[in-house]
Amino acid sequence: MKDNGAGIPKIRLRGVRKAFNGKVVLDGIDLDVRAGHSMVILGGSGSGKSVMLKCILGLIEPDSGVIEIDGRDVLRMSRREREAVNDRIGMLFQNGALFDSLPVWENVCFKLLAQGRIDRRAAREKAAEVLAQVGLAPSVGDLYPAELSGGMQKRVALARAIAAQPDIVFLDEPNTGLDPIMAAVIDGLIVDVVKRLGATALSITHDMASARRIGDDAAMIHKGRIVWTGPAASLGQTGNPLVDQFARGEREGPIQMELRR
Amino acid sequence: MDLLLDALAAIGRAVLRICRTTGAVTLFALEALSHLVRPPFYGRLFGRAFVEIAYFSLPVVALTAVFTGMVLALQSYTGFSRFNAEGAVANVVVLSITRELGPVLAGLMVAGRIGASFAAEIGTMRVTDQIDALTTLSTNPMKYLVAPRLLAGTIALPLLVLVADVLGVMGGWVIGTFRLDFSSAAYLRSTFDFLQAGDVLHGLSKSAVFGFVVALMGCWFGYTSRGGAQGVGGATTSAVVSSSILILALDYVLTDLLFAR
Repeated sequence: MKDNGAGIPKIRLRGVRKAFNGKVVLDGIDLDVRAGHSMVILGGSGSGKSVMLKCILGLIEPDSGVIEIDGRDVLRMSRREREAVNDRIGMLFQNGALFDSLPVWENVCFKLLAQGRIDRRAAREKAAEVLAQVGLAPSVGDLYPAELSGGMQKRVALARAIAAQPDIVFLDEPNTGLDPIMAAVIDGLIVDVVKRLGATALSITHDMASARRIGDDAAMIHKGRIVWTGPAASLGQTGNPLVDQFARGEREGPIQMELRR
Repeated sequence: MDLLLDALAAIGRAVLRICRTTGAVTLFALEALSHLVRPPFYGRLFGRAFVEIAYFSLPVVALTAVFTGMVLALQSYTGFSRFNAEGAVANVVVLSITRELGPVLAGLMVAGRIGASFAAEIGTMRVTDQIDALTTLSTNPMKYLVAPRLLAGTIALPLLVLVADVLGVMGGWVIGTFRLDFSSAAYLRSTFDFLQAGDVLHGLSKSAVFGFVVALMGCWFGYTSRGGAQGVGGATTSAVVSSSILILALDYVLTDLLFAR
């Protein structure tokens, strides 16, 4: 475990609130993510998981609350400071969000090229190296995202997220739309690359098997609040009825599907 | 009385919406323009947008200009022959093409091609999280997506209009010479004796504004699109319709304010 100094969490949220057109999505989120650990956020569709992630990334501004990274409140930073923090973050989007107009190698090294940290020739070599880390051949670098299968797109998106060697990695439903075997493969890659980088990971998933494979810790978000945190290995036997119902996928329990009449 | 109040309220809401949108588009344009003078600069993206507008719009603009020049010669001959003023055909063709029809028709053609293309491309990037991905990859989407397109639109359309001017006059000359039995040399002499540099500059100045407006509308509606394929479709339509209307409205305003004598 790599705590930074005085045990300050890598990511810390306190009382984060966000509403859209009067509909409360985040209702006072409190969360700590320990440095060097992998935290998995569970929750039903529409529970606010992705909004929370986008608030941490600065893509959505919360209405109130505190979001700290390495003990510094990112909501009170200047744009330049915020960009410096984001430089250390890698993000894997739910649908990959690869740039259609660019070949795979340019997608993978996009950040390095955009920041002028690498020239185009070196970027091709770097892309081949990172693609190998996610189990893809160098020749894939010359393809365009539309020419890849769903599983390959996820791998490329993971390669892009880690290419600049971030110390925080966000993963938004990394297994959505994949078959169980490919999902396990992607999970294995995520665990490997996060360990290799020594990064802190924050993942969102619905998939319990994936949560147990990826996560050291887990938290459950329900109705815009964190209702449970604990070890990911204990999912299904937490004693919390909300978490246990969700983990077992049971229809009956305290979580009721909201039906619009 | 209630009906009257409802009608006034609806008008008031529409006026407020127009004011709000105008303000938002203005701020959007100003932010994009500010990125044109702050590094980093994306020369490759400017080049790509420039080629897309100037080179790939050339056939449609050329055909429009040629046929417009041809029909203008025919129609003006029909009208002027009633006053025994057939000799003015060449003058009318060159003046109409360079001052009005060249810029407006090229602007409308480019609005259909490029406004739609920009809105669809950026809109798709918006709804597939690619714009958010740019932000997480330390790249400002306004600088990367919008600023190069605005610059390309502003520079490329005057060049297209220059080509349209030449081809439009040529279309008139073809009809004048081969259909209406004018002397080729007399037609061309009449054209060039009558034409002033100011006429061409007038059209080119307006077309720079039209190019900026077309690119701006495409980028704005794409950037603010929401809701998947339907949202992108709506953005595309709005970009074409609004840029076409703005071209026609601005054509009158600019001509009246700056060029009318």
